[in-house]
Amino acid sequence: MAVKERTPMPMQDPAERARNFSQVATGYTEEMALAEASRCLQCKNPRCVEGCPVSVQIPTFIGLIKERKYREAIETIKQTNNLPAVCGRVCPQESQCESKCVLLRTGHPIAIGRLERFAADWEAKGGALVPEKPAPNGKKVAVVGAGPSGLTAAGDLAKLGYDVTIYESLHAPGGVLIYGIPEFRLPKDVVRREVDYVKALGVKIVTDVVVGRTFTIDDLFDEGFEAVYVGTGAGLPMFMRIPGENLNGVYSANEWLTRINLMKAYLFPEWDTPVKKGKKVAVVGAGNVAMDAVRCALRLGAEEASIIYRRSRAEMPARAEEVENAEEEGVKFHFLTNPVEVLGDEKGWVKGLKCVKMELGEPDKSGRRRPVPIEGSEFVMDCDTVIMSLGTSPNPILSQTTSGLDAQSWGGLIADEKTGRTTRQRIWAGGDAVTGSATVILAMGAGKAAAKDIHEYLSGPQDKW
Amino acid sequence: MNEILVKKDLTPVTKLIVVRNPYVAAKAQPGQFIILRVRENGERIPLTIADFDREEDTITLVFQEVGFSTKLLGKLEVGDSILNLVGPLGIPAELPTSGTVVAVGGGVGVAPILPKCKELHKRGVNVVSIIGARSEDLIILEDEMRACSSEVHICTDDGSRGFKGFVSDKLKELIDGGLKCDEVVAVGPIPMMRATCETTRPYGLKTWVSMNPIMVDGTGMCGACRITVGGQTKFVCVDGPMFDGHEVDWAEAWRRAGMYRDEEKVAVESCQCGGGK
Repeated sequence: MAVKERTPMPMQDPAERARNFSQVATGYTEEMALAEASRCLQCKNPRCVEGCPVSVQIPTFIGLIKERKYREAIETIKQTNNLPAVCGRVCPQESQCESKCVLLRTGHPIAIGRLERFAADWEAKGGALVPEKPAPNGKKVAVVGAGPSGLTAAGDLAKLGYDVTIYESLHAPGGVLIYGIPEFRLPKDVVRREVDYVKALGVKIVTDVVVGRTFTIDDLFDEGFEAVYVGTGAGLPMFMRIPGENLNGVYSANEWLTRINLMKAYLFPEWDTPVKKGKKVAVVGAGNVAMDAVRCALRLGAEEASIIYRRSRAEMPARAEEVENAEEEGVKFHFLTNPVEVLGDEKGWVKGLKCVKMELGEPDKSGRRRPVPIEGSEFVMDCDTVIMSLGTSPNPILSQTTSGLDAQSWGGLIADEKTGRTTRQRIWAGGDAVTGSATVILAMGAGKAAAKDIHEYLSGPQDKW
Repeated sequence: MNEILVKKDLTPVTKLIVVRNPYVAAKAQPGQFIILRVRENGERIPLTIADFDREEDTITLVFQEVGFSTKLLGKLEVGDSILNLVGPLGIPAELPTSGTVVAVGGGVGVAPILPKCKELHKRGVNVVSIIGARSEDLIILEDEMRACSSEVHICTDDGSRGFKGFVSDKLKELIDGGLKCDEVVAVGPIPMMRATCETTRPYGLKTWVSMNPIMVDGTGMCGACRITVGGQTKFVCVDGPMFDGHEVDWAEAWRRAGMYRDEEKVAVESCQCGGGK
């Protein structure tokens, strides 16, 4: 029997999309969704669900799509996932649900993420149903950070009747969904809709509050909150500590993306925040954030946009799909190359990147082969903008201002993996604030687990911690 | 939240506003700053807290209308609200509890130095102030500074009032004249803070400065505000804004402050043709 292939995702033409900020993947039509849904074998013992950090009932919702019961399909997803339009777009399904699909061995696992997105977008077109607000249980919970982890925890707690308030440091909720991931991969309207859904569940969101500065976690307890969930993410950018890193024209990926996404610098001067539109842009690093940064550079009009990575193609942490998209758009990849110095002109602006060629040696702690510099292989790459995308670490502000809330030496809060309980009673934490930079869906999974444990704790005798 | 209760013109280009924000008013300490945004399309800009009143739930901000966003802010009137305002951010100033401190304020920098002087005065520290500007009409907050200083020296570049010359020149004159002082705090434009630090360096006189670089989030997320202090990269928003001025790489700070000079011109021009409503 011939293998039925995965229904391809319709995409904007690479040459065209590389110059605009509109969505790259335009989404399944109804026909496409029906064709894809009909390939699902509806396994009795569905392994895909095990692969989902928030346990979406995958065969059930796909079966409902097949029957054109789209309303029921999205309701099924939303029972366990508060942010389906986001997850359908940015989850690494190939290493989660889709990696467990029995059709994987045919090379054509069900496109679960695309179907999830279809269901969420269908709902958005018709206007979301306002969820029923559960009866209040009279207990107040505070959530710090309105990113994917905090929104998930808050949504789940609200569904259980808690009076939930999220405190967000930026002027807009969404966390990395709003400041980090670009419009062309995750439109901000989509994020706003998901946030509105969480608000419709009764969650209050207070922006412009830096917990640890504006007020402390102890102030929140004094205000009558019975539990606090910390989902503050990993916001501090890392630099290489090489000469020339503070030259004009060197950005952290965080700054580059925040200017472009949150502050909409690509619309300057209609929007007030500027960004330097480099002609030759070098992005150091090869994770998903690096791909976002380099693809933004192209869209801002760069003649040349390159990824500089010290390991080889096989070790790149970015999703294969994002790497492929970047290559199609014309991004250049320099593997086994490591910057040693940023070079500046007489006025202190970036004019080049001095790099050394690398080779792969023995495996390191991460199990990946360690890159070793090749002596005498230094060369200079011309560029006017350098973006450091080397990862981020958690902000120490909460561990510094909350007694008893302990963190690892690198900044990650210490929390139980299953429950999210920290070293201080009544404080839970999860997502990047605990793990360091990871994925949206893992942060959501942690928020979900913590919400469950908060409920169990607050419903019980509250003595043991 | 964030309503403007008082608005005053301190000079033709410097405005003072008193803003209601109970959160910031309750926690603000001398040396800290806030980030604000005037409109939906607006930039996030940092401003040092010039004063706070915990009873009245207010903070005072003083700004010079030099750029696009400060001009927009200057257009708000009493009764209007600032769209977003977050703080207090940064580490409070470490202030001594005895001795003599010379406070050097240049231009609009007198505003951020005022809360430090008030706190020092309250602690019983002898405050000698040197405040300067290009000309007489640009001197601000003189009465407020007099209220917390034992001496106030006025300097103008053009000699229209007081000492003719830079605040750093006046400082040197005072030190050479035998003024006994334990620390110097200098706040103002980068060239002024730099000159002050160069003046005090040969005397080994501890000199604190308050940096005011370009910022985006103000919480440590972006690194736009990085400077080099003692050979190490620091983020002004979370490691500062106060630093030992003798350790600051001033040339770098000056260069980075001008990173968006071209874009600023574009923005100001678009503002004049009606963009900045």
